[in-house]
Amino acid sequence: MDVLIHHIIGKYNYWLYTILMMIGLYAMIAKNNLIKKLVGMNIFQTAIILFYVSIACKKGATIPIIEEHGGSVAGHAIRVADYINPLPHVLMLTAIVVSVSTFGVALALAVKIYQKYKTLEEDEILMRLRDK
Amino acid sequence: MKKIGLIIVCLSGALLLYATQDFPRWGDPNSPASTHVSPRYIQKSLEETDVPNLVTSILADYRGYDTMFETTVIFAAGLSCFILLRAFKKKEDDLYYRHISTGITLHIKGDKTIPASSKEFERIDTMWTPYDLIIKTVCRFLVPFIQIFALYVLAHGHESPGGGFQGGVIFGASFIVIAIAFDLRTALIRFKEKMDGLLSALGVFIYAGLGALCLLLGGNFLNYKELATILPMDPVEARAYGILGVEIGVFIAVMAVMLSIYVNIVSEGRHDEGL
Amino acid sequence: MTHNFPVLIVTVPLLSAFIISGLSWVKKSLCFPVALLALGTSVFCAIGLLFRVLDLGVVEYHMGGWMPPWGIAYRVDLLNGLMLVIVSLVALTNLVATHRTVVADFPEKHGTFYTLYVLFVTGLMGISVTGDVFNLYVLLEITSLTAYALIALGQPDRAPLASLNYVFIGTIGACFYLLGIGYLYIMTGSLNMADIASLLPPIYHSKAVLVAFIFCMVGVCTKMAFFPLHVWLPNAYTYAPDAATSVIAPLMTKVMVYVMIRLVFSVFLPDFSFHVLHISHAFVWLACLAIVMGSLLALSQKNIKTMLTYIIVSEIGYMVGGFWLGNRLGMSGAILHILNDAIMTLCLFLAVGNISYKIRELDFVHLKGLFRKMPITMAAFVAGGLSAIGVPPTCGFFSKWYLISGAIQAGQYGFMLALLFSSLVNVVLFFRIIEIAYFEPMEPHNDTTGLKGSIIEAPLTMLVPLLIVAVSLVVVGIYSGDIVTTLIAPILPKGIG
Repeated sequence: MDVLIHHIIGKYNYWLYTILMMIGLYAMIAKNNLIKKLVGMNIFQTAIILFYVSIACKKGATIPIIEEHGGSVAGHAIRVADYINPLPHVLMLTAIVVSVSTFGVALALAVKIYQKYKTLEEDEILMRLRDK
Repeated sequence: MKKIGLIIVCLSGALLLYATQDFPRWGDPNSPASTHVSPRYIQKSLEETDVPNLVTSILADYRGYDTMFETTVIFAAGLSCFILLRAFKKKEDDLYYRHISTGITLHIKGDKTIPASSKEFERIDTMWTPYDLIIKTVCRFLVPFIQIFALYVLAHGHESPGGGFQGGVIFGASFIVIAIAFDLRTALIRFKEKMDGLLSALGVFIYAGLGALCLLLGGNFLNYKELATILPMDPVEARAYGILGVEIGVFIAVMAVMLSIYVNIVSEGRHDEGL
Repeated sequence: MTHNFPVLIVTVPLLSAFIISGLSWVKKSLCFPVALLALGTSVFCAIGLLFRVLDLGVVEYHMGGWMPPWGIAYRVDLLNGLMLVIVSLVALTNLVATHRTVVADFPEKHGTFYTLYVLFVTGLMGISVTGDVFNLYVLLEITSLTAYALIALGQPDRAPLASLNYVFIGTIGACFYLLGIGYLYIMTGSLNMADIASLLPPIYHSKAVLVAFIFCMVGVCTKMAFFPLHVWLPNAYTYAPDAATSVIAPLMTKVMVYVMIRLVFSVFLPDFSFHVLHISHAFVWLACLAIVMGSLLALSQKNIKTMLTYIIVSEIGYMVGGFWLGNRLGMSGAILHILNDAIMTLCLFLAVGNISYKIRELDFVHLKGLFRKMPITMAAFVAGGLSAIGVPPTCGFFSKWYLISGAIQAGQYGFMLALLFSSLVNVVLFFRIIEIAYFEPMEPHNDTTGLKGSIIEAPLTMLVPLLIVAVSLVVVGIYSGDIVTTLIAPILPKGIG
């Protein structure tokens, strides 16, 4: 019971995002339709982004924008525990852009494949390639 | 394939969850991630860079080198969609135009053509969409406000959530709204393909060029305090303005690339008609 | 200016890529000269940096003036220097040699092709020089994205599907690497390689670090086409345009081998990888499997380009197995083999590119009698083949020698047998081609030029770089001993036997 509370409920965010990642990974590997694979890729990358962002959390802290309490801020010492960790957010801005770019290129490739074969099911395309 | 997928997924998931036993508790303020590198960002960012938004200051200053490559990634994606899909077509022989006020249809063969920006004739083709008053009027009202909001998000990225990427996407979305509400040709008249290509390269060039400028002025790459030698301000303020400069570069690049990816994918490279 | 070499190597091609992209809209004829100038500057800076590192030991460069781990820092040692020289030289040679092919294949879009080419090389050089794990991920994604686009420009019926398969598998690899460094970040709180290495020893026995190691290695192995994660490689490299294959094939997988070496040497120190985890035997056995399967699959191919891609799979097995042997000879052999394999693959693919430029078809049937038509190209191909087999004095012999000695010293006789088996299979593969090209007369209906019996060699801009590469196979082979003692031996950490 102690183990359950400490390991699962205390870290339920990691469990949730890992399950989401695995759903995306399964879709990428097992699905036949190219667009469904793309959707799986997007789910996988989004789950990784959420995973990183959840690392940044601190109990009772606010967003990482330094608040000014009327006048200059230099007078007050900034308490680290008041603001969440900004670094994972920065890393994930990069990861979101990378994920969007990969998705754009993959969609362009899917359009090219569709122009040639008029279908997006992978087994049909492979069958047509084998017949050639 | 499904069985292999299931095995791989269960194995990876089990490994990932097995490792979480050693993680610190969620939200723990004493975890290594919260106590090693980030306290300095939180405490010193305002006095070192004069930017209260910590995410912007880390993104564009402390780890600005990463952001430059991130902008290059989105630029490369725009280029890839262009090079893969773009099919430059010869001008067709048959063009159909409709005179708006009288409703007479013209069929033009051969080389002569009515310029695309003409107000009296509109081009109708097989994929012509009917005229929808409400959507077009609302779009015409909204787009300037969307663009001003995008510029606000860019400029206010120092104090509130925002910055170059967010503002650029909103600005690009305003052109996509025009492309959807009117038709693709109208959006392309407003924002030509050549201008799009040049702007996307210009945006990232501004970012890398600002870094190279700091290099030429004697410091390290992307060390904005060197800008204080040419701008009339002290090094800390120069950092804030350096951050603004690179965010503007990112804004221009992202805006141009968003539209370019949309146009190329939706029209399959032909640039004639979209959704 | 010399202390800026680490950053100039990456930023000069980056800036020139944007200039080339702008020029492709305005004045296309200037694109190639700008690319040539940019890669030439990179070669100059890379060689200058290597000499600087030989003098100073380690060169550090802090981006934005911030100290690591708060900013991104470059920490250039001999391994980085060597990789940078290899990448920039191969890229420049290939740029010059394939100019004609590019202009012929992509008449309207060759400006954009050169932009993607220069961005690809920038990404590779950035991976080879960085000292920050997340910066490596971003550069890996630039490299991959431009590679996907370059590969998909090949034959219109097969290349987009091959590239899309590469997209899926490559993204899984990169995301696994990202997960691995995420786990490291949770446990240590840092993203700088040297910093993580100093923070890891107290937590070596934690489960999270083990899983981080597994995921980073699986991600990197996916990207380097280590059997059985190699399924994307043959199709992607066969159906890509020739100009793209001859730059992606020699470089992409070798730079990933470098990433694996860098992760083991500088992040998870060798102490952890070899002594705390007892997986080096497993890696060596997997490498034996990769070598054997790569060779067997190469035997069954009818297309010369596909055969060469399976040889690449087998060569990756040499490097990974040699590295995980765990002794100085094996690791020196692996790092020397990175250099040798890059030159060898470049030579073979440039020769195949020449053949394809003139003959257009690459099945074995169409290669009959080619020695009479294209003697210089086939001579260079034979030189590359001899290096793959491991005949002295070509460079392939010396790296195989180090690998076999390392295997004997470590007692891994299975690895030694796999190396010898692979050499024998390479003999069969290359002599089969030499026999078809040399001894069989040219079929009349395959003679596309109509001039029977005369030499239709490729143009000079394609021949001269090929000859330079073929000659350098022998030169690098002769100087192997010097290369190992001055460049490679200081890279290996002190604790390795």
